[in-house]
Amino acid sequence: MNAKSDQTMMLRTPFHSRVATACELNDWGSWKGYTTPRAYTDVELEYFAIRNAAGVFDLSPMNKYRIAGPDAQAYLNRLVTRDVSKVRVGRVGYTVWCNDAGQVMDDGTIFHLGENDYRICAYARAVDWLHWSALGFDVEIVDESDEVAALAVQGPTSCAALLAMGLEGLEQLKPFGLTSFPFEGETLMVSRTGFTGDLGYELWIAAHKAEALWDRLFEAGKPYLIKPFGSDALELARIETGFLQAGVDFLPAESAVRSGRSRSPFELGLAWLVALDKPVFNGRKALLREQAEGSRYRFAILDVEGNKPAHNAFILKGGNKVGTVTSAAWCPTAKSNIAFAQIEMPHGAVGEQLVAEVYYQRELHWTRVLAPCTVIDAPVFNPPRRRATPPGPF
Amino acid sequence: MTERHDVILVGAGHNGLVCAHYLAKAGRKVLILDSGDNPGGAAATHEFAPGYSVSSCAQWLYQLHPQVRRDLELEKHGLELAAKDIASVLLDAAGQHLTVLGADVRGDQISAGDIAAYRAFHERTGKYAKLLAKVFAARPPKLVESNFTDRLSLIRLGLGLKMLGRDDMRDLMRIVLINIYDLMEENFDSPQLKALLSLDSVQGSHMGPRTPNTVFGYLYRRVGEVFGYQGVAQVKGGMGALGEAMAAAVRAQGVDIRLGARVNSIDMIGDRAGGVTLASGEHFTAELVVSNADPLTTLAGLVGYRNMETGMARRISQIRCRGAAARLHLALDGLPNFTGLNGQQLGQRLLIAPDMNYIERAFNAVKYSEISKAPVMDISIPTVHDPQCAPSGKHVLSATVQFAPFEPAGGWEAHRAGFTERLLNLLAEYAPGIREQVVASELLTPADLQRDYGMTGGHWHHGELSLDQVMMMRPFPGATQYASGIDGLYLCGAGAHPGGGVMGLAGRNAAREILRRGAVA
Repeated sequence: MNAKSDQTMMLRTPFHSRVATACELNDWGSWKGYTTPRAYTDVELEYFAIRNAAGVFDLSPMNKYRIAGPDAQAYLNRLVTRDVSKVRVGRVGYTVWCNDAGQVMDDGTIFHLGENDYRICAYARAVDWLHWSALGFDVEIVDESDEVAALAVQGPTSCAALLAMGLEGLEQLKPFGLTSFPFEGETLMVSRTGFTGDLGYELWIAAHKAEALWDRLFEAGKPYLIKPFGSDALELARIETGFLQAGVDFLPAESAVRSGRSRSPFELGLAWLVALDKPVFNGRKALLREQAEGSRYRFAILDVEGNKPAHNAFILKGGNKVGTVTSAAWCPTAKSNIAFAQIEMPHGAVGEQLVAEVYYQRELHWTRVLAPCTVIDAPVFNPPRRRATPPGPF
Repeated sequence: MTERHDVILVGAGHNGLVCAHYLAKAGRKVLILDSGDNPGGAAATHEFAPGYSVSSCAQWLYQLHPQVRRDLELEKHGLELAAKDIASVLLDAAGQHLTVLGADVRGDQISAGDIAAYRAFHERTGKYAKLLAKVFAARPPKLVESNFTDRLSLIRLGLGLKMLGRDDMRDLMRIVLINIYDLMEENFDSPQLKALLSLDSVQGSHMGPRTPNTVFGYLYRRVGEVFGYQGVAQVKGGMGALGEAMAAAVRAQGVDIRLGARVNSIDMIGDRAGGVTLASGEHFTAELVVSNADPLTTLAGLVGYRNMETGMARRISQIRCRGAAARLHLALDGLPNFTGLNGQQLGQRLLIAPDMNYIERAFNAVKYSEISKAPVMDISIPTVHDPQCAPSGKHVLSATVQFAPFEPAGGWEAHRAGFTERLLNLLAEYAPGIREQVVASELLTPADLQRDYGMTGGHWHHGELSLDQVMMMRPFPGATQYASGIDGLYLCGAGAHPGGGVMGLAGRNAAREILRRGAVA
């Protein structure tokens, strides 16, 4: 019998009792088999909690793998595109990993917990790939996805709320830093990371302490207008700040059935994550070839005229289709209509003028808009407070 | 100390020597390193008892490519055949043996119908072998990213198929994937004939007559006929003499062969293979490293999985390379007395495999890492044609024995004596009194063959010869045309196309490909 066989078909995260109580809209979605709220109360209110106060997001369904042993660093360095030796103990690194064809399998974060002790946090299930990759390496790979519960606390008052909860000294933690605190006999790990592009933290705790953590956090955060948010609000925030979503903006390479549907890091605007000077890592040979021969696509952030999000739009150049939109949103704080697009080379260079063919519906009436758009060079939301250490007193 | 060569060749097996010859002839400075004491790899002779020597691994010569033989001028360098056109004899305990040589089959129990059927079968399958022989003599085409040369090879293959004519093409397509058991059943009545041809199909492999691909195994063996061998031949002085002749030919081209030099690692310089380190700690660097060792030894062992990408490491780890053949060497104080055979007839290839089910049952055991209770044997008494291999009046019997697992439960030491005993008893059924003639014996298990000849799993072919592991899939998808998947490292051994057996084509094709690509200036 599976330990979860007494549950409904959908899995529940360790925070479920609290999440269910807070989820007034009863608007549930599925995230990798877990039932998770799309929205708790109101998407806009949740979004503005992220931007103007503190929002809390249950990210427990993320896959968490512990990689430890004498070869842990060497193993990870072969696995991912980035140079892992540059991620020091107590730091977190964002990276992607590829298959041998240089196609992105997933993106995620690597937590350097101690000497040759890491946790890799991933969107897609990766147990098989991680184990195959362990051939020739002395490492132990443990799937900690169920054991570790996680909350993201994001927004300008996040630090203040966590300090109020008793996480003394947290204000000294730099972006992508990692620290821990005792919590009711367990260890609460805190990283200054997130998916919203703002000041924010992620809290990692043993699953059986999840509810206690939630309760303490919301108690302490009350004066800081803390509020849980669902995946819809997160979607707005991550598009505004230029973060790719696996499964949306690219297809994990090993789950792509049709040839040519996966993307390389270069094609996703992630060349900065690729350390070609490492002598060997998965995808390197193919990426060297791609570098020499050119990519098929370019990732572009488009500033689209008008206020209609360019969902699923075709991107045109001189009337011809040169790309498609993968993510789109009207971004409230930046007051911009932003779309992520895959543009066929050689199009999509910064500054290029393109046209988004946007369809939208009002009361069963479909309208087509040819919205001019511009390839911009950077995400529209990137406030200095995201990086300030210590954070400003919000 | 660092010495610079154009090419370092790991392993002085016959394919390594052949490859070195062609590279050196084209002006490349080649250094061969081998852990053994003699050149030739599995083409070796050793003294297993005082005064008695024997071919250690391969015992018959039947596939050495004529062009390789000519180009290396092997006769000039000492190669001499003790006998050729040797027939295969399927032994019968009562002496009613079956003899096959080329298209002819003889025996007391064979019907006129089977004789005619065999002739037709031999002719038809001979055409298929001819097509294979053509494919073997060139690098395998790539399926994707194919360039003009590859397309041409594919067209040639297609054309070759087409040229067979409709009926033969259809027949080849029909049989090439199936098993030899079914093919025998539909062609012949004689259990002996069926058994003899089945045994040829599974020699050196981890397969029984009912295993798919065994028809391919049969055709693979038949390629030897296209190369000019009728039956098998025996090298004077044992197969080691072939190794020596090849080594002499290679040295004449200025190649440096260092024996007793065990390569511990193939070293990466950045992302390229650029040298090797010996067990002694000595380093050598070169523009190119070519490995005659099997793909698993080369890539998993000498290069290491850490130096390659995950997908490739995984494909290598999945190469099927389980050997199932052991070697039995007996020193005899007289010529054994096989029922129904006399004198020179004992110099033939003697087979113990009464019928196909017997072979299948013998094979069943190794599937579960057990030792065959009633094994099959491919026997040579080399001293009939080459008396110098034993003291005067004495004889040597050598046999390839199937099926023996790589690692039986409890380890080989627990089984070695018992298995030898079983084999002697089996021999005594066909050669009464042989037990009393034995003055010394030696059993080389697949594990011993791995240890002595560096063949992973003790597998003759450096990787099973099955359709998923031949042509562009050999040794594994993504490492075809003698490239290894590691820049600066090529494969030239049996693990590469076309496969094992003392043929020399893997070595020759590899050298041609290396030169064609300009991989070493």
